[in-house]
Amino acid sequence: MKNLKPEDIKIIVATDCGSTTTKAILIEFRDGEYRLIVRGEAPTTVEAPFEDVTMGVLNAIGEVEELSGRKLLDEQNRIISPAKGNVGTDIYISTSSAGGGLQMMVAGVVRSMTAESAERAAMTAGAIVMDVIASNDKRLPHEQIERIRHLRPDMILLSGGIDGGTTTHVVELAELISAADPKPRLGSGYNLPVIYAGNTDAREAVKNTLGNKTALDIVDNLRPVLERENLIPAREKIRDLFMEHVMAQAPGYSRLMTWTDAPIMPTPGAVGLIIKTISDIENIEVVGVDIGGATTDIFSVFRPEGAEGIFNRTVSANLGMSYSVSNVFAEATLPNIMRWVPFDMDERDLRNRVKNKMVRPTTIPQMLEELILEQAIAKEALRLAFIQHRSFATVLKGVQQQRTIADAFEQTSSGGTLVNMMTLDMLVGSGGVLSHAPRRQQAALMLIDAFLPEGITRLSVDSIFMMPQLGVLSTLHKRAATEVFNKDCLIHLGTCVSPVGEGKDGKEIVSYKIELPDGKKEEGTILFGQLKLIKLGLDDNGNPIKAKAEFNPARGFDLGAGKGNKVEGMVSGGVVGVIIDGRGRPFNLPTEAKIRVEKLKEWMLEMDIYEKPLLEKLISKY
Amino acid sequence: MAHAYTPGLRVTARTKVTKKRILPLKGDVVLKKGDRVTAETVVARTEIPGPVEPLNVANILGVPPDDVIEAMLKKEGDHVEEGEIIAKSKSFFGLFSSSAKAKISGTIENISSITGQVLLRGAPMPVQVHAYLDGAVTEIFPNEGVAVTTWGAFAQGIFGIGGEAHGPIMVVSKSPSEILQEKDIDSSCKGKIILGGSLVTADALKKAISVGAVGIVVGGFNDKDLRDFLGYDLGVAITGNEGKGITLVVTEGFGEIAMAQKTYDLLKSFEGKLACINGATQIRAGVIRPEVVVPLEGDVLADDAALKAENVGLNVGSQIRVIREPYFGILGKVSGLPAPLQKLESESHARVLEVEFPDGKKAIVPRANVEAIEE
Repeated sequence: MKNLKPEDIKIIVATDCGSTTTKAILIEFRDGEYRLIVRGEAPTTVEAPFEDVTMGVLNAIGEVEELSGRKLLDEQNRIISPAKGNVGTDIYISTSSAGGGLQMMVAGVVRSMTAESAERAAMTAGAIVMDVIASNDKRLPHEQIERIRHLRPDMILLSGGIDGGTTTHVVELAELISAADPKPRLGSGYNLPVIYAGNTDAREAVKNTLGNKTALDIVDNLRPVLERENLIPAREKIRDLFMEHVMAQAPGYSRLMTWTDAPIMPTPGAVGLIIKTISDIENIEVVGVDIGGATTDIFSVFRPEGAEGIFNRTVSANLGMSYSVSNVFAEATLPNIMRWVPFDMDERDLRNRVKNKMVRPTTIPQMLEELILEQAIAKEALRLAFIQHRSFATVLKGVQQQRTIADAFEQTSSGGTLVNMMTLDMLVGSGGVLSHAPRRQQAALMLIDAFLPEGITRLSVDSIFMMPQLGVLSTLHKRAATEVFNKDCLIHLGTCVSPVGEGKDGKEIVSYKIELPDGKKEEGTILFGQLKLIKLGLDDNGNPIKAKAEFNPARGFDLGAGKGNKVEGMVSGGVVGVIIDGRGRPFNLPTEAKIRVEKLKEWMLEMDIYEKPLLEKLISKY
Repeated sequence: MAHAYTPGLRVTARTKVTKKRILPLKGDVVLKKGDRVTAETVVARTEIPGPVEPLNVANILGVPPDDVIEAMLKKEGDHVEEGEIIAKSKSFFGLFSSSAKAKISGTIENISSITGQVLLRGAPMPVQVHAYLDGAVTEIFPNEGVAVTTWGAFAQGIFGIGGEAHGPIMVVSKSPSEILQEKDIDSSCKGKIILGGSLVTADALKKAISVGAVGIVVGGFNDKDLRDFLGYDLGVAITGNEGKGITLVVTEGFGEIAMAQKTYDLLKSFEGKLACINGATQIRAGVIRPEVVVPLEGDVLADDAALKAENVGLNVGSQIRVIREPYFGILGKVSGLPAPLQKLESESHARVLEVEFPDGKKAIVPRANVEAIEE
C-alpha cells in the first residue's frame, strides 16, 4: 500500500474479475463525500487469444476512462498513480473469482463432527468442497484411496480428534492420503498443499506420514474440544494457500497482484464482509446472495433468540448463470425451470439454447423470451443454492463459540436450524442476473420466488454489482466504502409481506391498512393466490419512505405474531414498493398448465415485470 | 471501446502449433531437442504407483497396534504375493495362532504401529505420453515432458467430446449445411476423421463408432443427443475423458448450424491428409477449446508472423458470427458501431453493433452476442 493517509485518497479505482465479466468502478471524493462516478465492464479475458486476466482489467478500466474522461492508463497500459488533476488514481484495488475457484477435499474422523467442522472451515474460506472423507463415511479404505487419487484437489484439509484424544483414526486418514499420493489440480511442479488441523498429539505422526510427500502445514486443531470449533486458523491458512497456489495459476494473475494497493481478495470474501456490515449496523438478520456465472454464494447472519449474529456462508459450486447454467438445468430439471415460464418451448431447442449459453458464457438475452427463460433459470439456481445453505447453516458456526455437549450431539440433525425465514429482516441480491435485471421488479420477484420469504422482509439489490469492490475497499478506506454503499450501491426494492399458511384460491387471507406519509390510506384484503403491489417509494435522499402499516391475517395464517394475530409496524418502501404475497407458504404453483400460465401472467402483470403487449404476444404465440 | 467483444475461434490455413506434452507424474523424457516425431511417437514415460490395499493387521491378529511390527513376517519394501502370509500372531502353546494374508501381489509400503495398518502397494502402471502431432521436439522439460511444434492448418471448435486422436480427413458431408446421417457412414470411414456439415445425428455418431472412425468434425450437435450419448446431462463444460471410442469436435454450437464455410473449405482442402484432433473442452478459467490440426511441412524454428499481428478488435467491415438468438449462428459483417448504449427488446441496455447479413438485411445485436471470425 502506498504511503497515503486516508484523507489524501480522493480517487479510487476498483475492479472485480469475475469468471465471466470484469467490472471496474471509479469513486471520487466530490463536494465532501465519496461517490461512485462511473462503472465499466469487459469480458474476463482468460480465453485465447488473450489468456491474461489483466487484459480484461485494462479493458474495463479503459471503459471507465472513456465514460469518465479521466485518464487512468499510460501509453504502456499501466495504471497512473497517484492522481493529479484529471489524470490517474490514488489507489487501485481488486477482487477476483477467476481461476475456477478453490477446490478442496476435506477429511475428518467423524463425518458429523470433525469432518463437518473441516467442511465448514473450507466453505467459509471460500472453497468448493469436492468430497468429505471420514473414517465413518461407509466407504472402504481402498475406495477412499481411489477417490482421493482421482480428485486432484487444490488442497486438502485434514482434521480429526480433539486435543489429547486418541490419535489412531486421524493418523489412519493421514496414511490413506499418503497412500493415495494425490497430485494438485494445477501443475505438477509442486507438492499438494495439505493443512493439518487436528489433534495436537498426532502432529508428529502426521508429519512423519505426510511431511515428505505433501506440502504439509500444521495449524491449531479446528475442534480442540468436542463442544468448541476453532475454524479461524485453518481458514486463514486456506486463504493464504489459495492466493499462493490457485489464484497465482490463473493466467495473468501474478501480474495483477503487482498492480494492486491491497492484497487481492476473493470475491466471495469481499461480499461476505459487506453483508456482515449491513447486519451489524442495523442489528438485523440478513440473507445475501451473489449469483455469478459459475457459482452462487449465499451469506446469512441470523440472531437466534437475540444472540450475537451468526455468520454463515456457502458456495454452490456448479450453480451459476453461464459456465454452470447447464448444471442448473440438470439439477433443477426441466419441469422446475419451465414452471416459471408462461409459455411452452420445444425441449430440444431449449436444451440447445442452454448449452450454447454454457459454451459462450458472455452473451446476453436480446429477446424478451430469452430474458424470461434466463430469469426462470436464475430462480431455480437461487432456490437450489438456498437449500444447500439451509442444510449447512446449522448451530455450529464459523467463529469460536461455547456450546454445550448436547448441542454438539444435535448438530447432525437436518439443517435449517439457523435459517428462519420468519425472523429474517432483509434479503440482499447481487450478481449480474439480479443487479442488471432491466426492471427492478424482476429482481424483486426472482428473490421472492426463489427464497420464499415469510412474514415481513425487506428486499434490496446491489445496484450495479459492486459489493465485491466495496468489500475490499472497506478494509482500506471504511468511510469511502460506507458512503458509496449507502448512496450508490444498495437499491431498496421495498418490502415483501408473506403470510404463512395454506388455503384455497379466492379465500381471504390477510387484510391490510397502510398509512402513506402524504396522508393517503391504502386498505384492502388479499385473497389466496393473489399478489399485490402497493407503491411506496424513496424520499428525495434516496432513502426508503416508511409507512405505518397494520396487517390482519386470517385464521390459520401467520405473519410472525402467531396464526391469526395482527401485526403492526412500519414498512419500508423502495423502487418497487410493498408486495403482499398471498400465494401462501409453503408455496405451490398450480399444476395444471393452463391455470399455471394464467396465474404467472396475472402476477407478472400486477408487478409490471415485463412490457405488457410483448408479454401477451409471447404467451399467445406459444 | 473496441475491445468488448467475445474473441472468436481461430481458423487458419497455416500457423505454428506448439503443444506441451507433459507426464502426469515426473518420469523420463525419451527424446532430445530437434528430434522429429510422428503423432504416435512416445516422448516421455513414467510409472504411476499401483493401487493400494490397506490391511488392518492389528484387527486381524487381535493384537494392539504397537505389536504389529513384531508380528510382521515381512518388512517395508518387501515383495509379497497374493494370499501370502505377511503377519502372524504368537501362538499360545502352538495353538490359536492367527495370520494375515496379502490381498494383492505387490510390495509392503507402510507398517503403522499407531494404527496397526499395513499398506500393500500393487504393481506400478506404466504411462506413456505420445507426441500427438507430426513435428519436431522444440523444448525439453526435464523429467516432465517436451514441447512438440509443427506448422499446420488449425481450427478451433467450440465444444468437443473425447481426447486426442489422429487419422486422415475424409469429407463425408458434401456441404457445410448438410446433415451428417447414419446412411452417409460406412466401413470406408474406419480410422478416418469424418468431416460433417451442420449437424451429426445420434445414429450417425453411433454408426461412426461401430465402423471404427476415430473422429468427427461437425458444425452442430443436439444437446438431447449428447445426453443420450453420454448417459448423463453434462453440467459443466469440462470434457476430454469420455472414452466413448470417438472424438467429436463441434465447430459452431448446439443445434443444427452450418459449419463456417471457411472452416469447411479449409478442412476439405486437406482431404486424405493426416489431422490430429482433440475434443477436450474446458470452459472455465484457463479455457481449453477442442481443435483440429493438420500438420504441414515447414521450419519449426521460423517465426510465425501471423501470431504477432495485433488483435485490433471489431471494426466496420469485420467478419462476425452472431452467437445468440434470434440470429444465432448467422455470419455477417459489421456495418456500424454506434457508441451509446441501446435498449434491446429484453429492455436491457447494452452496447450494440449493426450487422449486415449475406442477404443484405441488417440487424442490431448486442456486441456481447457476436464473436469475431479470427484469422
